[in-house]
Amino acid sequence: MDEQHESEVTEKGRKRRHGSRLNQVEEPWSRRRFLREVALSGGLASGVAVLGYLGYSREAIRPKQQEVLTLRDFRVPADSHHATLAVARGEQVEAMVREAVQLLGGIGRFVQRGDTVLLKPNVGWDRQPEQAANTNPQVVAAVAQLCREAGAKQVWVTDCSINDPRRSFNRSGIEAAAQQVGAQVRFPGSSDFVATDMQGTVLKVWPVLRYFHQTDKVINLPVVKQHSLSGCTLAMKNWYGVLGGQRNRLHQNIHPSIVDLAAAVRPTLTVVDATRVLQRNGPSGGSLEDVKRENTIVAGLDEVALDSWALGLLGLTSSQVPYLAMAEQRGLGKVEWRSLHWQERQVG
Amino acid sequence: MKFLPPGLRAIRRIYAAFFFALFLLLLWRSDFAHLQGYDVGLFLELDPLTALAAALTSGTLYRGLALALLVVILTLFLGRFFCSWICPLGILNQIISHLFTFTRPADDYKQNRYQALFRVKYYLLAALLVMALFGVLQIGLLDPIAVLTRSFVTGLWPALQWQGAGFYLTQPYFLGGAAIAVMLLAIVLANRFMTRFWCRVLCPLGALLGVLSWRPLLRIRRNVDRCTDCHKCLRYCQGGCDPDGALRVSECHLCMNCLEQCPEGALHFGWGEPRSSVAAPLDVSRRRLVESALTAALFVPLLRSSYSVAGTPHPAMIRPPGSLPEEPFLARCIKCAACMRVCPTNVLQPALLEGGVEALWTPILLNRLGYCEHHCVLCGHVCPTGAIRPLLVAEKIGEVNATAGNKAEPIKLGTAFFDHGRCLPWAMHTPCIVCEEVCPTAPKAIWYKKVEMADRQGQKIVLKQPYVEPSLCIGCGICENKCPVADQAAIRVTSVGESRSEQNKMILGSGRSGS
Repeated sequence: MDEQHESEVTEKGRKRRHGSRLNQVEEPWSRRRFLREVALSGGLASGVAVLGYLGYSREAIRPKQQEVLTLRDFRVPADSHHATLAVARGEQVEAMVREAVQLLGGIGRFVQRGDTVLLKPNVGWDRQPEQAANTNPQVVAAVAQLCREAGAKQVWVTDCSINDPRRSFNRSGIEAAAQQVGAQVRFPGSSDFVATDMQGTVLKVWPVLRYFHQTDKVINLPVVKQHSLSGCTLAMKNWYGVLGGQRNRLHQNIHPSIVDLAAAVRPTLTVVDATRVLQRNGPSGGSLEDVKRENTIVAGLDEVALDSWALGLLGLTSSQVPYLAMAEQRGLGKVEWRSLHWQERQVG
Repeated sequence: MKFLPPGLRAIRRIYAAFFFALFLLLLWRSDFAHLQGYDVGLFLELDPLTALAAALTSGTLYRGLALALLVVILTLFLGRFFCSWICPLGILNQIISHLFTFTRPADDYKQNRYQALFRVKYYLLAALLVMALFGVLQIGLLDPIAVLTRSFVTGLWPALQWQGAGFYLTQPYFLGGAAIAVMLLAIVLANRFMTRFWCRVLCPLGALLGVLSWRPLLRIRRNVDRCTDCHKCLRYCQGGCDPDGALRVSECHLCMNCLEQCPEGALHFGWGEPRSSVAAPLDVSRRRLVESALTAALFVPLLRSSYSVAGTPHPAMIRPPGSLPEEPFLARCIKCAACMRVCPTNVLQPALLEGGVEALWTPILLNRLGYCEHHCVLCGHVCPTGAIRPLLVAEKIGEVNATAGNKAEPIKLGTAFFDHGRCLPWAMHTPCIVCEEVCPTAPKAIWYKKVEMADRQGQKIVLKQPYVEPSLCIGCGICENKCPVADQAAIRVTSVGESRSEQNKMILGSGRSGS
């Protein structure tokens, strides 16, 4: 700066220890310089003041409108030509699944070309298929295969497991079964949940697996098991698996919670796995002695009727399971499944 | 006798004395007996570093922090005046270095010269601000006002009381108070090593003000023709800002000592005059600055991925009433301990690492030391950054309109649990229920059953065995505090059920959104 003053530095002939730069002289403060400096500092100061004004808040957190989603109704229109509940008995799992779905009108009634279909089996536990704590992998594979045949763009398989999800999907055989037919397992990662209004009497806003907001169709694939608190875990209770968060608190009011879940998630189709039934020590099981072969698949559109039908396999009656009557009262279905259009077939 | 107007140094000394006294006065007034509408957080609010960092992490300039704008704007025109005129830690360092520096004058000239070491504070500032930019607020560890307030509240004043000062009714105790105060002692003692070592080398607020003093209109100026290069101005220079050469404006605290020392009258504070010396620009290495910023940026995921209450609740992390949920709380708390000063029962304590690294020295309740007074909301009203919201009493106790009898959900800090193995009526056949007696809610959250039973000798006795009603319990901790089982109480509060968290719940339907 100010090179012209360089020569004046030694005007008095003194020796400078620190070199000439230290005695450089400021540019004189002309009016123009003064105005420039004041404008610069004043401009900065005004900028700071404006920023401060814009940022000022008497509230520690600015109220933010959080978007809360609700779940879509995945059901298809009613059709009186076909059964509402179909039972298939036999040895061949795939054939039974095909037959049961055929009785309801065929997979084409439920899945259209280009659909994304989400399968929700029960994959709660790090258990092997024979232990019957999870849905039979052959049932998952058969339903996924049907969806592929109907032209589904993607078939996803998901659940919020109670044990480690990777171990549960692996040891239940469901991961391998899904991969074999070209379905994808969607694991529940900690960032895979979105706040969702369940609009229930007990359940309000809960974190729900995001895949349920991203799919066109939902197929419920529960397994029939005994449960120490609710008596049984069937189609309606299978919706526990959509929730994240502290869902262990639902046990404090389990029957209304099950009804709230079933009212919030209305699936396209339900295929109940009763090939093996865990009779005791549920819902986790572990001993093959507690497992009974039933070789049955029940498909249907009314979860209340399906649950009511499946109670017989556990030696229960509908009066022992309060959520069924509560669900009927809410208009979710019929406890008396015989009053519906139902069919039964022996396969093979 | 001719009247001599006081020089700028004398005026600075008057300001310094005033502001230091004001700091102590406001800190002293920060209790229930003396609070009378004083802005006891004034110094924390005037602090531009707090305001800037908290604005970066929270997106708002909260209430009193707007006062910091005043300091910012004045600094743009005048330079780093705050450090020697207002900052109580700067003033303390100044007094200490003035009184306790016993170097020879020849050494003063040497040590008061600008040194490259002074750049360190800019790198610290860059690191702290980059972390704040990514949402991590750790400014309170090094902010001078926070350091001083915290050290006084948790260390020095309790120590004075212990010596018999008598300004507390009962002796306060703080978890690790001595360890916190050691930092201040180290800062003070460092003045023996170098005048105002903290202010020159480490202070991130000083660095921020140094950056803002980039181009002040008024500054110390030296008439190069009058200057005889005697360097006497260096003798008492506080900033180490080379007034004998090209002034390092970013280092100059405007202590004005050089003006008084100059035998030639070559120095003045003010506008540029003909033959005034130039100023030297801010001296930082761009490479070091980038290195500091990058290191800080790398540190962010490391901190964020270590355990914190935001993800997983901790039973002992019971926050003061009105505290924000953990993540926004940590984005605002500057660990200044103002809440701990104002708390009447001494229950508010600086946390150690139980709530994660980021939560060090943030306030938690230790119910053996105190409890949350039912009708007290002082902590939220002194919190400078809004980490604790200022509550109304009615809001805290859940009484929206007392006359109309309207009830709302009270603020819950946690929930009390009985330890049946330690509780006298439950385990020892001994009557007690002090917990029920002191429970402040109406109806009481603690209730009892009269139970008839036989004692060891077979004598029939009637005992009142207490229970907790979780929907009524507000987690205030008075039951734990007053429990006669002196070491580990037979009823203890943990953080579960706290209003501020949607995750830390046990009862279905107890969340705000019904979860």
